[in-house]
Amino acid sequence: MDLESQAQIKKIADDLGKDSVMVILGASDIEGAEIAAETLTVGDPSFAGPLAGVSLRLPVYHILEPDLKSEIPDDVYEQQVGIVSMIVDTEEVANKFKAIRAQFDG
Amino acid sequence: MIKGKNIIIVGERDGVPGPAIAACVMAAGGNIVFMTTECFV
Amino acid sequence: MAVVVKDCSYVLIHIPSFVRYGSKPFRDIYLNSIPNEQLLAKIYQHTRSYDEAAGYPPNQVFIGNLHPDELNNIKQPWYENPVSPPERKGLFGEILPEDEFYAWIKIADDFDLVWLTPEFTDKIREITLKRPFLVNEDIQKLGTGVSPDKIMSKIEDGSALPLYFGGLIIGSLRRDHDADDSLKAHVLMENLLAKASGAFAMYHLFRRSGITSDKIDFILNCSEEAVGDRYNRGGGSLSKAIGEMCHCVNASGHDIKAFCAAPIHAIIDAASLVSAGVFERVVVVGGGCLAKIGMKYTGHLKHNMPILEDVLGGFAFLIEKDDGLSPVIRLDCVGKHAIGAASSQQEIMTSLVLKPLNKIDAKMLDIDKYATEMHNPEVTLPAGSGNTPLTNYKIMASLAVLQKEIDKGQMNTFVKEKGMPGFSPTQGHIPAAVPFLGHAIEAMKRGEIRNTMFVAKGSLFLGRMSQLSDGMSFLLEKNHSNRQ
Repeated sequence: MDLESQAQIKKIADDLGKDSVMVILGASDIEGAEIAAETLTVGDPSFAGPLAGVSLRLPVYHILEPDLKSEIPDDVYEQQVGIVSMIVDTEEVANKFKAIRAQFDG
Repeated sequence: MIKGKNIIIVGERDGVPGPAIAACVMAAGGNIVFMTTECFV
Repeated sequence: MAVVVKDCSYVLIHIPSFVRYGSKPFRDIYLNSIPNEQLLAKIYQHTRSYDEAAGYPPNQVFIGNLHPDELNNIKQPWYENPVSPPERKGLFGEILPEDEFYAWIKIADDFDLVWLTPEFTDKIREITLKRPFLVNEDIQKLGTGVSPDKIMSKIEDGSALPLYFGGLIIGSLRRDHDADDSLKAHVLMENLLAKASGAFAMYHLFRRSGITSDKIDFILNCSEEAVGDRYNRGGGSLSKAIGEMCHCVNASGHDIKAFCAAPIHAIIDAASLVSAGVFERVVVVGGGCLAKIGMKYTGHLKHNMPILEDVLGGFAFLIEKDDGLSPVIRLDCVGKHAIGAASSQQEIMTSLVLKPLNKIDAKMLDIDKYATEMHNPEVTLPAGSGNTPLTNYKIMASLAVLQKEIDKGQMNTFVKEKGMPGFSPTQGHIPAAVPFLGHAIEAMKRGEIRNTMFVAKGSLFLGRMSQLSDGMSFLLEKNHSNRQ
């Protein structure tokens, strides 16, 4: 994950407090998305960025999770995300991210 | 879940880009505090 | 007036000693003021020999010895299943070893930035004299070399970066201004490597097409480097620099900037200039991008595999008026991602694929092959960066479903038949759909395909001036003239 983004997200989490903040990812590669999720929960696994060794423990979601989809008006979701949800197993994404949140949620 | 929350968006060029997620978040009543789009290539 | 792609060339240059100077490895190695020797040792352990890089199947596809679809029949990981023996020469160009490339770098250097030791200079002169392309007048620019003491003092006082071959320092590359970040050694190194590799690709283009360099009117370079100084960063041009190195005495040119999509922009611009009769013969050229060498090395180390981003790519295309034989660029079927269009994948692909096809009353299935960003997935997947071409093909297939041209159950067939596996080095502009252009020309000659659509995206937002993304596309079609 981009180091500059890590720094900015860390600052936001510090300023606003993790309880009012939620992260939404959009990566097409789910393994890549899991790395980003790990970075924003338990810290940068590459130990390179500002989040190396920093456990932000932010709640991380993927825009392809059906639970998020249900909160977004259908027409907007279809237009913005629809075609990507056709090529990814969204149930699998939901299960993986639920597991990540359960594992890392402090 | 989204409504009233401060939302950090990390989109991806080849997946769902930041502005596309932002349009969803706004429509769902979330408050965007950070948005970026990553490009891995 | 119809415009054709008359010819093309593709080259790769194996540069294991420069992996340390890729943007990501360089930042990691020099995180503290002294270089991280442990990391350097690890990087060197994972670099490939020339034969390993040359025999790597995707590299053989890039220079034209294998068709991209043949990668479907080679077991992965491809780096464990090399082509044997490794072919240096390909249908479209060649894979150059590092020592020979140093001669190209030195000859590209008009400001005495690069110093090479006398011993190394003799070695590369001897090799270069036996090779085509560079003439005596060029080779004289190698000079006689600079003493190792002088080189070391330049490196030690911090004004030059060491140049390596086989783990030994064989020279240096100095900054040309104490206070101008655009002219610091690392930036000049990136620019010089792009110039030298672009020139190498252009020489191959001239040799393949049989055209002499004096016949070129205009050059559009689409490399990624921003050549310039602190008052006009990125304002300079590699086009004329590359043209000068290739003795294109009657040409001028300028650079095209559009992030990774730049080659598509440049080809469309070149075709438009020819079509309008402004210039008769335009070359689009792209040199390799040092900054992206080793970009995903951490993923490769993590998976204990070779660092695959160890080759610079380069290509050149000759754009001319219709010769009645070569494939035609359909200027009435150009796609663009407009400013007012949204950034969702659906909107991008609609803009780049459907809208141009609509202009000529064609359907998605009327296109025999789609070329998208051809990033080699074996490079990107271990770093968690996904399989770019596969994702793009799946999105195209979904679009075909939404257009009711195919059923959902036919998506995989669409991906396999209309697409292909990624095979290009991951250097932004290099994979931008155009690596398939040579293969498309050959397949059209053989009558295997009628057309190909070239689609590439660019991440405009990376420059922080707009959240917009970018992309362009064009259709290449078999020449239907009677002169076939």
